[in-house]
Amino acid sequence: MHATGITPPKGVWWKPAHKSEKIWATVAFVWCMVLFAMMPVWHLRGGQNPSGIRAKVAPEDFQARVQEFIRDHQIGTDNGFPVVAPPPGSDVYMIGQMWTWLPVLQLEKDAEYTLHLSALDVNHGFNLYPFNVNFQVVPGYDYGLRIVPTEAGEYGVVCNEFCGLGHHLMVGKVIVVDPETEAP
Amino acid sequence: MINPFRICPTTGLGVHKDADALIKANAVAATVALLIGGVAAVLVLLTRWQAVHLLSDVWFYRILTVHGMNMLIFFILFFEMAVLYFASAVLLNCRVPAPKTGWAAFALMVAGAAMVEWAMITGRADVLFTSYVPLKAHWSFYLGVILFAVGAILVTGIFFATLVVAKRERTYEGSVPLVTFGALTAAVIAAITLLHGAAIYIPTFLWSLDLMSVDPQVYRLVWWGLGHSSQQINVAAMVAIWYLLGALTVGAVVVNEKISRTAFVLYILFISMASAHHLLVDPGFGPSWKIVNTSYFMYMAVLASMLHGFTVPAGIEMGMRLRGFTQGIFGWLRRAPWHDPGFSSLCLSVVVFGFVGGITGVTFGTEQINIIAHNTLRIPGHFHATVVSGTAMAFMGVTYYVIPLIFRKKIAFYPLAKWQPWVFSAGMLVFSMAMTFAGTFGIPRRHWDITFAGAPFSVEYSAAVDLLLAVMAAGGLVAAAGGAMYIVVTVWSVFFGKPLGDDMTPSALAGSVPPGLYTRPFKELPAAQADLKEHGRLGMMPGTMILVGVFMLAFVVYYFANWKLLSAMWQIG
Repeated sequence: MHATGITPPKGVWWKPAHKSEKIWATVAFVWCMVLFAMMPVWHLRGGQNPSGIRAKVAPEDFQARVQEFIRDHQIGTDNGFPVVAPPPGSDVYMIGQMWTWLPVLQLEKDAEYTLHLSALDVNHGFNLYPFNVNFQVVPGYDYGLRIVPTEAGEYGVVCNEFCGLGHHLMVGKVIVVDPETEAP
Repeated sequence: MINPFRICPTTGLGVHKDADALIKANAVAATVALLIGGVAAVLVLLTRWQAVHLLSDVWFYRILTVHGMNMLIFFILFFEMAVLYFASAVLLNCRVPAPKTGWAAFALMVAGAAMVEWAMITGRADVLFTSYVPLKAHWSFYLGVILFAVGAILVTGIFFATLVVAKRERTYEGSVPLVTFGALTAAVIAAITLLHGAAIYIPTFLWSLDLMSVDPQVYRLVWWGLGHSSQQINVAAMVAIWYLLGALTVGAVVVNEKISRTAFVLYILFISMASAHHLLVDPGFGPSWKIVNTSYFMYMAVLASMLHGFTVPAGIEMGMRLRGFTQGIFGWLRRAPWHDPGFSSLCLSVVVFGFVGGITGVTFGTEQINIIAHNTLRIPGHFHATVVSGTAMAFMGVTYYVIPLIFRKKIAFYPLAKWQPWVFSAGMLVFSMAMTFAGTFGIPRRHWDITFAGAPFSVEYSAAVDLLLAVMAAGGLVAAAGGAMYIVVTVWSVFFGKPLGDDMTPSALAGSVPPGLYTRPFKELPAAQADLKEHGRLGMMPGTMILVGVFMLAFVVYYFANWKLLSAMWQIG
């Protein structure tokens, strides 16, 4: 009789594996190495990595930076929210708070920005619509992501981390303009 | 003195009365939690199905909290406590060393769970399952979780003590059975998990009383040391139950003890690193930390699951072949007892856990791919395939054996029980796949209204999303029906069922308990032993080789398709 899973094996059970088990274990091990290698390879070759510039920041300090950023680069309002058009290559800010994203950003296509995300009160989730790009926004932490918008258009910013009863009302906006077709 | 052991007429094992009673109590508590969580599941489902949108916003988040806590904590852990008693005291013919502590632990767990339920239902804990600081719940919520966890850690201690006592009192010969070894793995992971739980819930409890502060990012790190690792207890317990059900239903053999046990050890060594799966797009951690941890140090725990994914079907195949089902490559599978709810649960659990839950889990847990998965419906799509279609399905399947073996009752409405795994698993499969696909459109999880009515800016999802959510709802309702079937069958059998009696002949038992119980003892045919030969390059388990080949192909395709999807996004770095 062979041992089943509920019978105590007697004597030494450290025996050589069957050939098929060895083959599968080898295939699985090699695949695990491929899975592992893909991540560093994408850091070197790929265009989407969640590394960013990361720092701790007091929520009120981050809020002050956002206010200053809005004051310096505001070009109008949209639905009561300030619209901010920072120059290409600059640091841009967005803050999540119950239950709004501030401000509305206007960016240029194919320009690089460093997008700083943080939260004033509780955790929020940055979800870029209709692209499916997601980042966690944690109070007390500044997440500076270098981004290059590759397509012009209007984007929504949906909050996808539960942040209290108004969670589902929390929608922000990013506008990407093509400087070649839309002369300022 | 009255002998406290009864001899199980089916398996010949001695079952101690304390083990009997503790298993029953924990199993009943698990079923109560499953019922509460199941009702909550239907309410949440009918709200996320945007066409119905049943609950108000306040009640949606509240009931979602109830659903998560009952299913992922109370149901699963109560059931696992029963598994721990079974795999130690019953399988090793041993007494429970500290029965009074066992009952005290049970009382603590019930008190803790009741406290949490009260806090949630009265609106004192609208913080969802994860309760991310600084969202604040009433202190009773955190205290309830702590009491529950203390109870669970006591049972884990009793489990370890039982192993020691059994060894000392020589209640078994040789090494512990593989199923017990798997349960031991689950218990070690449980100890690690519950320590993380203490490390985060005690400070958070004090924080809720304004006695200290808790950093939100540190909370997420340590909380997921509890939150994800607890799902790994499930994985280890589920795999142990796969081996158990294989043995009970078709006499599955352990092809190689070394391979299966090494795979369990890999779980212990690496699986707790998976907290990182939830922190891949968080600001608090750098790329090297994320890569090393999310991959369980080079995917060693994934390797373990892939090994079990081979050895479980291989053990079934070899067991069937040894019993004369040697025809062709898949003859053993065709002639397997598909009408046995224990066997069908086992196979459905393995297949859906592996193909849907496993593949999506590894893919979404990749550092960069997580950018297009984090906090979308892809995540609950993934873990419903693992925890529900995998773990809960396996737990349900083993119940059909626990009722006759431990409760000594016949299965009520047996034809319903035969269909239950198929209904439940089919529903969950449709549900989790539709949910995962809806998530690729960026649909957020844990969200009351994806039409964003009243929001300052409009966001309108593609029409395909409405269809996917309707399919998800249909699948979810079928699964809920399957869950209801399970509760009706088990509750009726336990409280109003016919006693099993002493007549263990097939004619007395057919149609009222799973066939694995009366077709025993399985006879291995000496002729089949000789016939167990290599099938060309496919070796001794040719059917299993082909099945895992199909799995590998699906894995590779899904994984690289996601890299392709990611490469179409804005450049981010």
